[in-house]
Amino acid sequence: MFTNASNFVQGVDFAFAVILGISIFFLVTLTATMIYFVIKYNRNKKVKAVQIKEHTWVEVTWIVIPLILVLYMFYIGWEGFIPMRQAPKDAMHVKAIGKMWKWTFEYEGNKQADTLVLPIGKAVKIDLVSTDVLHGFSVPAFRIKEDVVPVKKNYTWFIPGELGDFDLFCTVYCGLNHSSMLATIRVVSEEDFQKWIAKVPVKKAEANNLAFQAVEKNGCLACHSMNGTKLVGPTFKGLYGSKSNVLTNGAARQVTVDDAYIEKSIYEPNADVANGYPQGVMKSYKGIVQQKDLKLIQEYLKSLK
Amino acid sequence: MSSGTEKVEYVSYLDHQGKYKGILGWIFATDHKRIALLYMYSIAAFFFVGVILGLLMKIELAAPGQTIMKPQTYNGIFTVHGVIMIFMVVIPGLSAVFGNFFLPILIGAKDVSFPKLNRFSWWIFIVGSIMAVASQFLRSGPPDTGWTFYAPYSTTTGTSVILATSAAFVLGFSSILTGLNFIVTIHQLRAPGMKFFNMPLFPWALYATAWIQLLATPIVGITLVMLIAERLFGIGFFDPNLGGDPLLYQHLFWIYSHPAVYVMILPAMGVISEIIPTFTQRKIYGYKAIALSSLAIAGVGFLVWGHHMYTSGMSEQARWFFSLLTFVVAVPSAIKVFNWLATMYKGSIDLKPPFLYALSFIFLFIIGGTTGLLLGSVATNIQVHDTAFVVAHFHYIIFGGMGFAFFAAIHYWSPKIYGRMYDFKRANIAWGIIFVGFNMLYFPQFILGFQGMPRRYFDYLPQFQGGQLVSSIGGFILATGLFLMVRNLVLGARKGEIAPANPWNGSTLEWQIPSPPSLENFDEEPVIKQNPYDYE
Repeated sequence: MFTNASNFVQGVDFAFAVILGISIFFLVTLTATMIYFVIKYNRNKKVKAVQIKEHTWVEVTWIVIPLILVLYMFYIGWEGFIPMRQAPKDAMHVKAIGKMWKWTFEYEGNKQADTLVLPIGKAVKIDLVSTDVLHGFSVPAFRIKEDVVPVKKNYTWFIPGELGDFDLFCTVYCGLNHSSMLATIRVVSEEDFQKWIAKVPVKKAEANNLAFQAVEKNGCLACHSMNGTKLVGPTFKGLYGSKSNVLTNGAARQVTVDDAYIEKSIYEPNADVANGYPQGVMKSYKGIVQQKDLKLIQEYLKSLK
Repeated sequence: MSSGTEKVEYVSYLDHQGKYKGILGWIFATDHKRIALLYMYSIAAFFFVGVILGLLMKIELAAPGQTIMKPQTYNGIFTVHGVIMIFMVVIPGLSAVFGNFFLPILIGAKDVSFPKLNRFSWWIFIVGSIMAVASQFLRSGPPDTGWTFYAPYSTTTGTSVILATSAAFVLGFSSILTGLNFIVTIHQLRAPGMKFFNMPLFPWALYATAWIQLLATPIVGITLVMLIAERLFGIGFFDPNLGGDPLLYQHLFWIYSHPAVYVMILPAMGVISEIIPTFTQRKIYGYKAIALSSLAIAGVGFLVWGHHMYTSGMSEQARWFFSLLTFVVAVPSAIKVFNWLATMYKGSIDLKPPFLYALSFIFLFIIGGTTGLLLGSVATNIQVHDTAFVVAHFHYIIFGGMGFAFFAAIHYWSPKIYGRMYDFKRANIAWGIIFVGFNMLYFPQFILGFQGMPRRYFDYLPQFQGGQLVSSIGGFILATGLFLMVRNLVLGARKGEIAPANPWNGSTLEWQIPSPPSLENFDEEPVIKQNPYDYE
C-alpha cells in the first residue's frame, strides 16, 4: 500500500485504510462483546434473564453515529475517486484496443504495440476501445479500472510514478480466454521512451490487401492462426480445399472446405464443428460479417496455402 | 377442510391422509407445511449440485494453468454454479422453506391465503429448475456467460443461453407468486389481536421481502425476454452492433438483482431475530427498530443498483448518487446488529446449535457487510471491483449470511418440523468444521482480490498461488462439515429422540402447538394480546 506507482495510489489507499480501520474496529468490538456476553450471561450460571426496558436515546445514538461514519466514508471515497475523471488537457493520448482476448495499444502516428510502454511522470490518457464485447482495463498497482465498452466512449488516465513492469488484466468476463487477456505496462524514462517509440513501426497501410483487412477487422485472428498453429479454432493455413472431419448434429462426416462451407462456418458456426474443437465457442457472425467481407475472407483463405 | 366445533383428534401433518396417497399426497399437497418440505428437499438437492460444481472450480484453481478441465468447461461451470445457487437456492431458500412452513403458524393462521397458488408456485419452481439443469446438457454446450448474462457477449455466444435465461424467467414467476401469497396472507389472516406490531420479526422480514419479490422480479423477467428477442430476432436492445446499449442491460439487470440480495438476506435477519430472544430468554431489544429497518432496507435497496456499475462508464453524477445511497443502506443493517447484541445483555444465554449458528451469522455478516463498504466507496471500488474480493464479499453475505441463517433455522425448527431432536454434540462438531472451512475458503480471496486477482479467471499469475491453494483446501473442509451436518440432521429427523412441543422454551406461537403440527396448525384460533417476545 501507499506506493507511488501512480498519482491515484495515495487517495485510494487512504480511503481503503480508513474504511478498513473502521470496519476492523467494529468487527473486533462487536465480536468481543458477543463472546463476553456468552460467557458472562451463560445459562450455566443459573441467573434468570433480566428484562431491560428500551430507551429511545440508545436507538437514536446507534442510528446517528453510524450515519455520520458512513457519510464520512462516502466522502473520502468520493475525494479519492474524482481526480480519476479529471484528465489534464495536455495529457499524452494512447488508444487501448480490447479484442477477444488481446490488448493492442495505438500511439499517435498510427504506431501499434502489444506492450504499453510509457514515460515516467507524464500524464497519459487512455482511450478505451472495444471491437467486440465488454472488457475491463485494470491495473491494480495503479489503482485504476474502467470498463471497455463497444461503441461507447470511455477512458482512464494516470501519471506513472515508478519505473518497472506492471500487470494489466481484463476484468470483465469476455469468453473463452478471458483469463489470458493480460498485458504488461512498462514505465521507462522519457529518454528510453523516445528511443522505443522511434523503433515502433507505423502500422502498414494495407490498402493493397483488402482481403487481409477483412479477416483482421472481423476478429478472426484471435482464434484462427495464419501459420499452422492450433489456437482456439483450426488454423487458416492450408484450410481451403482440404478435407475436414466435422460433427453435424453429433454425427461424424467429412466435408471439403469450399466457399459454401466457409460461409456456413461464419454464419452458423455450430452446425458443423471440426473434430477436436469444442461446441459453442464461436458465435454467429450473421449481421456482422457482411456479404462483401465474406467474399474477401473466402478470397483470403484461398490465398493462404 | 374440516368444519364444526367438535374437538378434532390430533394427527400430525406428516401422517395426515388426504385425497392422494404416497408421493402424490406430497406433489398435490396444498398444506403449506408439506409444500415447505418439498421446497426444502429440492433446494437441498440443487445446493449439493452447486457445491460439487464449486469444488470442481476449487480443484481447477488449486494450481495455475490447466489442472482438470479446459477453459470452456470452467466458464460453463462457474455460470451454472451461479445460476443454480442464486436462482434455485438462495433466492427461494428461506422464504419458500421456512416462510412457507412458519409464516402461517407465527401469525396464527391455518394456511396461506392461496394454498393452490402456493402448490402451483412449487410446480413452476420445479419446471424452471429442470430447464436450468437441462441447459447444461444441450448440444450447443452449457451457457458460458456468468450468471449475470452481460450483453453483448450473452447475445452472441454460441452456447445455450436462451434455455438458461428462460429458466430464470420461469423461476421468477415462482418468486412473484410466493411474494404475492405472503403479502395477502399477512394482511388477511393474522389471528385476532395480532396487530402489525404484535407480529414476530420473521413475518416482518418476510413481508418486506415479499414486496421486493413482487415489484422487482418482473423487471428481470422483461430484461431476459429482451435478451432472448435480441438473440432470436436480432432486435437491437443491447448489442451496439445492432444499435443497442450494453449499459442498458446492466441497469435493467441490477435493478432486480441488487434488491434480490435483500430477498436473500432479509429473511435471514428475520430468522436471527427469532432465535436470539429464545436462547437468551429475553424480550428482543428494539422490536420496532428491527421491524422497520427491514422495510427501510427493502426501500432504499431499490435505489442502489448502480454500485455494481461504478466502472461501467456511467456518468460521475450517477456514481456519486449510488455511492451515497449505498452507504446509507448500511445503517439499518447496523441497527439490527446492535439490537441483537443488546438483547444478549443480561440474558440467560444457552449456547445450543441454533444459537451457535446465529452468532456465527452475526460475525460473518459483519465481515460481509463492512467489506461491502469498501466496495461501495467509489475510490476503493476501483481497486477491488470485479476481483476475487467481490467473490469473497458476496459469499460472506450470501453463504455466511443467508446460508448460516438457513442452518440456524433448520437446527432451530427441525424438532418442530419432524417432532424429533438431532444430536447436539455432532451438530457442534459439524458447526466447527463448517466455520473453519468457510473462512479458509473465502477469506484468502479478500487478499487475492486486493492484490488484483480478477474474478472468473480460469488461470492466474504465479503470485496468486498461495492464497488459491489455501482457499481450495478450505473448500474441501467446508464440504466435509456440510456432509456431517446434513447426516446428523437426517439421522435426527428419522431416528432422534422424540422432541417436546417447546424444546427451547420459545415464546412465539409455533412452540405453543404440538410437534409436528397438525394439518390445520391450531385446534382453536389463538387470540393474541401481547408482544410475541414476552418472557415476563
